[in-house]
Amino acid sequence: MEIIKELPEVFEEFAEQRKNSFLAVKKLKDQGVPVVGAYCTYFPQEIAMAAGAATVGLCSTSDETIPVAEKDLPKNLCPLIKSSYGFAKTDKCPFFYFSDVVVGETTCDGKKKMYEYMAEFKDVFIMELPNTQSEEALKLWKSEILRFKEYLEEKFQVEITDEKLKEAVKLQNAYRTSLKGLYEVMKHDPAPITGYDLFKVLYGSTFKFDKGAIPGEIDALVEKIKKEYAQGKMQEKKPRILLTGCPVGGATEKVIRAVEENGGIVVAFENCTGAKSIDRLVEEEAADLYDAIARRYLQIGCSVMTPDASRLELLGRLLEEYQADGVVEMTLQACHTYNVESLSIRRFVNGKKKIPYISVETDYSQQDIGQLNTRIAAFIEML
Amino acid sequence: MNYIGIDIGSTCAKLAVLDEEGRTVLQSVQPTGWSSVDVAKSIKEKLLSAGICIEKSRCVATGYGRISVPYAEKTVTEITCHARGAVWIHEMRDGAVIDIGGQDTKIIRLEDGRVKDFLMNDKCSAGTGRFLEVMAATMGLGPDEICELARQGGDTTISSMCTVFAESEVISLIGRGEKKENIAFAVVESIVDKVVSQSSRLHVEDEEVCLTGGLCECAYLKETLSKKLRCQVKADSNGRFAGAIGAALMGMKGR
Ligand code: SF4
Ligand code: SF4
Repeated sequence: MEIIKELPEVFEEFAEQRKNSFLAVKKLKDQGVPVVGAYCTYFPQEIAMAAGAATVGLCSTSDETIPVAEKDLPKNLCPLIKSSYGFAKTDKCPFFYFSDVVVGETTCDGKKKMYEYMAEFKDVFIMELPNTQSEEALKLWKSEILRFKEYLEEKFQVEITDEKLKEAVKLQNAYRTSLKGLYEVMKHDPAPITGYDLFKVLYGSTFKFDKGAIPGEIDALVEKIKKEYAQGKMQEKKPRILLTGCPVGGATEKVIRAVEENGGIVVAFENCTGAKSIDRLVEEEAADLYDAIARRYLQIGCSVMTPDASRLELLGRLLEEYQADGVVEMTLQACHTYNVESLSIRRFVNGKKKIPYISVETDYSQQDIGQLNTRIAAFIEML
Repeated sequence: MNYIGIDIGSTCAKLAVLDEEGRTVLQSVQPTGWSSVDVAKSIKEKLLSAGICIEKSRCVATGYGRISVPYAEKTVTEITCHARGAVWIHEMRDGAVIDIGGQDTKIIRLEDGRVKDFLMNDKCSAGTGRFLEVMAATMGLGPDEICELARQGGDTTISSMCTVFAESEVISLIGRGEKKENIAFAVVESIVDKVVSQSSRLHVEDEEVCLTGGLCECAYLKETLSKKLRCQVKADSNGRFAGAIGAALMGMKGR
């Protein structure tokens, strides 16, 4: 198999920062490491890691390429899908460009239909993710994971042995444990750091290729935060906000800023940038690791599942552990699953948990910052 | 000590000054115009010429132009201010405040005099003062005139929620020779229906409801809203100052 090593033709047009990212991935590729790109938290990382590949998240977060995407895709589609497709099509995302294969899951309708077009210019491997979490669904999901394993073995001409898989499981568990240790510092009241700083570390970690190095770095950071906290370095006491909803990053960081510039502090991220993707571990000692992996991933609580009990379970747990004073849900325009589910989240948060809730719908533009600020500031004033 | 509240909305800028006892010292309203910075300056002059010393007062700004008032000590959102202003004007503790503003409509639920929940429509101008203004202008009327004319009309509807499409519907109704009062009726119905459907999301039915914002003096609009919400909607001529009064009260509270 020939792995992708050349830089894209448009390379010279990029700004410094993007050039550097391209060069960083290229270095990896020059060492012969294949890259597997993914778009979703349901993507079973361990399988690709056991195949000796680096994994990277590809969800795009800027409106830069939306106009290009809208040549092929409808306007009233979720910006995450349009942006991702646009970056893919224009060779502007280093991670996409150097991905030898891109893995998509049958999550929401917009995404799965978009992959059909993406497959016209890229190797795309689609995993059939069930939309329920029943035992039958688990069987299907496990067989999809096995199919993915065989695909990678064939493509990269490697064998995924049980030892390699176990190693990957341990590595990924250690990664999750360290990041969980990091976000758990926010259980303190007042919080030691801002939610925005926490977010930057969580988000940044998803772009690091050396998975093995992360736990060490993060643990050291946690030590430092704890030590400084003991010495009195902390944030002011402020209303504590839990952020839930669609994935946050790039353009939508405006929501985190709107909370923190208007008197609140984000103490927990329930979304895919935070707890949703980190919370549970794969059972390392399981007799059948594929089964354990399938279970771990299928349990993720995303609105593409029906019903979505896992999301409420995690949300409820976080609300208590982080003593949230309010819940802000961010949904992306035209994301039907999250927008529809917001009513049941409101009912759960207001009704069962007796905590104030607000949902804000936004996109990747910066035009609505004024409105976002007013809504979120008013929400915080109300707490 | 005086308490100054300044509410810079998208259409109008409102000023309310209260004294220690909560008595109104000064109230005024003027168009926001192009620049909220300029209007803030002109309000400052107004205060000076009325002999109110800003340094010796507490000044709180609200509304979408709240950040453009350099002499305000504090900014508070229009949601919180409208709620406080409405509580003060109507002496109500529980219920809902409906504010039909120039560019947005806010529905605020109150519990024990505080904001419990709110909804804001600011993505489109359906159900806002702007919608009424545009339709009135198309018919060559003022906003107050269209409201009163609507009382004599009936039997016509506008189906588009979008201001642009609704405007062309109004134009074709005029072209068809539909009576002015019937078109006016349809315009007011359209606004009220939109506001009622928003209110229903916050379950504002059979409750104490008050109307604030620039349209609160349109008696017919208030009556239609009352009928559709099945309750007696309260309005007061002070209603358009609710945000500014609320802002002044926020200064008093933070004393
Ligand atoms: S929100 Fe759902 S569909 Fe989107 S990345 Fe997360 S788990 Fe996947
Ligand atoms: S945000 Fe919603 S619509 Fe967009 S990709 Fe995720 S699940 Fe699909």
